[in-house]
Amino acid sequence: MRYLPLLWAGLFRKKTRTILTLLSIVVAFALFGLLQAVEVAFESGADAADAKRLLTTARYSIIEPLPMAYHRRIEQVPGVVGVAYADWFGAKYQNESNAFPVFAVDPTRYLDMYPEFTIAREQRDAFAKTRTGAVVGKRLADRFGWHVGQKLPISSEIHPKTDGSLNWEFDLVGIIDADDPAVRGNTDMVLINVAYFDEARQNGKGKTGWYIVRIADSTQARSISSSIDTLFMNSPDETKTQPEKEFAIGFAKQIGDIGALVTRILIAVFFTILILTGNTMAQSIRERIPELAILKTLGFSDGKVTALVLAEAILLLILGGSLGMGAAVAAMPALNGSTGGRFPPLFVGPETWLLAAAIAAVVALIIGLPPALRANRLKIVDALSGH
Amino acid sequence: MTVLVQIRGVTKVYQRGRERVEVLHGIDLDIPSGDFVALMGPSGSGKTTLLNLIGGLDTPTGGSIMVQDRRIDQLSGGELAAWRAAHVGFVFQFYNLLPALSAQRNVELPLLLTDLPAAERRRRARIALTLVGLEDRARHRPRELSGGQEQRVAIARAIVSDPTLLVCDEPTGDLDRATADEVLRLLQMLNREHGKTVVMVTHDPKAAEYARRRVHLDKGVMTGEPVAS
Repeated sequence: MRYLPLLWAGLFRKKTRTILTLLSIVVAFALFGLLQAVEVAFESGADAADAKRLLTTARYSIIEPLPMAYHRRIEQVPGVVGVAYADWFGAKYQNESNAFPVFAVDPTRYLDMYPEFTIAREQRDAFAKTRTGAVVGKRLADRFGWHVGQKLPISSEIHPKTDGSLNWEFDLVGIIDADDPAVRGNTDMVLINVAYFDEARQNGKGKTGWYIVRIADSTQARSISSSIDTLFMNSPDETKTQPEKEFAIGFAKQIGDIGALVTRILIAVFFTILILTGNTMAQSIRERIPELAILKTLGFSDGKVTALVLAEAILLLILGGSLGMGAAVAAMPALNGSTGGRFPPLFVGPETWLLAAAIAAVVALIIGLPPALRANRLKIVDALSGH
Repeated sequence: MTVLVQIRGVTKVYQRGRERVEVLHGIDLDIPSGDFVALMGPSGSGKTTLLNLIGGLDTPTGGSIMVQDRRIDQLSGGELAAWRAAHVGFVFQFYNLLPALSAQRNVELPLLLTDLPAAERRRRARIALTLVGLEDRARHRPRELSGGQEQRVAIARAIVSDPTLLVCDEPTGDLDRATADEVLRLLQMLNREHGKTVVMVTHDPKAAEYARRRVHLDKGVMTGEPVAS
């Protein structure tokens, strides 16, 4: 702390230059914070995936249904401790633009399978008991102003009722949420009771979209997947089973490899910052050679002067990085509000802060080390005589 | 008087590319404690080189330099830095203050290397500034001060850690006569009233009159014995 005034004075010796450099770092880290939030949101499905969950779909296409009766046979596979299933409803609410996932599920099996979803005990019981019941994600409820106890009129694009109508009506009996913000995006859905859905639909009775399988030991995921698929081999409905995470990553990559895109953008941004800030830092130290020589004259050791120069670079990155990340955090509520809940929630998590700190440290070292070494090698007599 | 600085057979050689430049040729000199010595001589005579060696800014190629019974020519870079911080105050022709710091902060700089708490550092810096008559300029930056005031701040910085030895390289070289006299009187006061040993490089005979003794160098050798002013 005793050297802070000295560092501060050195850093802001040329205010305009330092402020411009600082601004570029702030922008870089703000961009980093925002893009990381987007990447985390896109990958939240994969991140929230449980290593002990497998996904069983039809072998050749995930839109092909599977017999609902499969669940009894899957439950018999050694290592399997639980099975749930879900079917795609294909919903829209009021108009085309209000589309969101609706899954027809066995309430108890499904909610047992996803303990990371939170729901009040009485609402969970009500969902299990109410054949026309539905539970919705909290963000979705907030978006449309839904509340427990109301009727939920939803149209399906693929499932007509027995009377031929595509308009369905459910009783909203519960709200689901998640404590982990990375999981919360996965609650942007409506769950309906498959008992009513299967009875009331015109086509596809006795079929479901996919199975979610809980296993006892995640290291057995491959062999259990293989056992399940072997079970249905050469049947009319062959299956493909894979770990949930693998499935989620594959699904996200159908949109595009967001992670790779974000990484490439950030590499370009930080490379530019590295050159810009490195040049400014080198120039600043070059201009202060006589001042550094004076510090050495006064008794500051080579190591101390080296540390001071390095600390200046670190201070610059700490300031710029904190302000930039702060700006990204401050922008999140507005960004989340502007998406109207159509996009998974954006947030800057502790991992992103840690990564930002690591990047700031690496950039500070890269830009600070060359001038610091130059300061270390500085000979007082030469520097004071202008050599 | 006890000898504070004892110089024996000191030589200094610089390598400039392929050229070998011998700046000092076997200097012998004793500086008693409490002395005020003016090192004089034409440009290139080696007086600044000798001053740098006495102040521990550089090391001799040959010979020995003993200050307060310590061979400073045998100290490592780190040891020499610590020795300078504890024993030597420096005053330069162009003041060499840090432009981004106030006068007070400039004076406090050498104290950053001590264990003194911030309040004590500030107090000592204020005392040093008062001693050089600049207590009311403590918050001013160097560019807000005149040349004479800057040099007095530099002197305050040189004495703030209470060093044994003050090493001054052309301290009045950038000042007008009247201001130069003020600065020289200040150095004289520090020598006479506070017992500081002062070694000053100058080519100005008027400035040298403030010293107790004059030492003449020419082409890297001392020309005769030190002369009393």
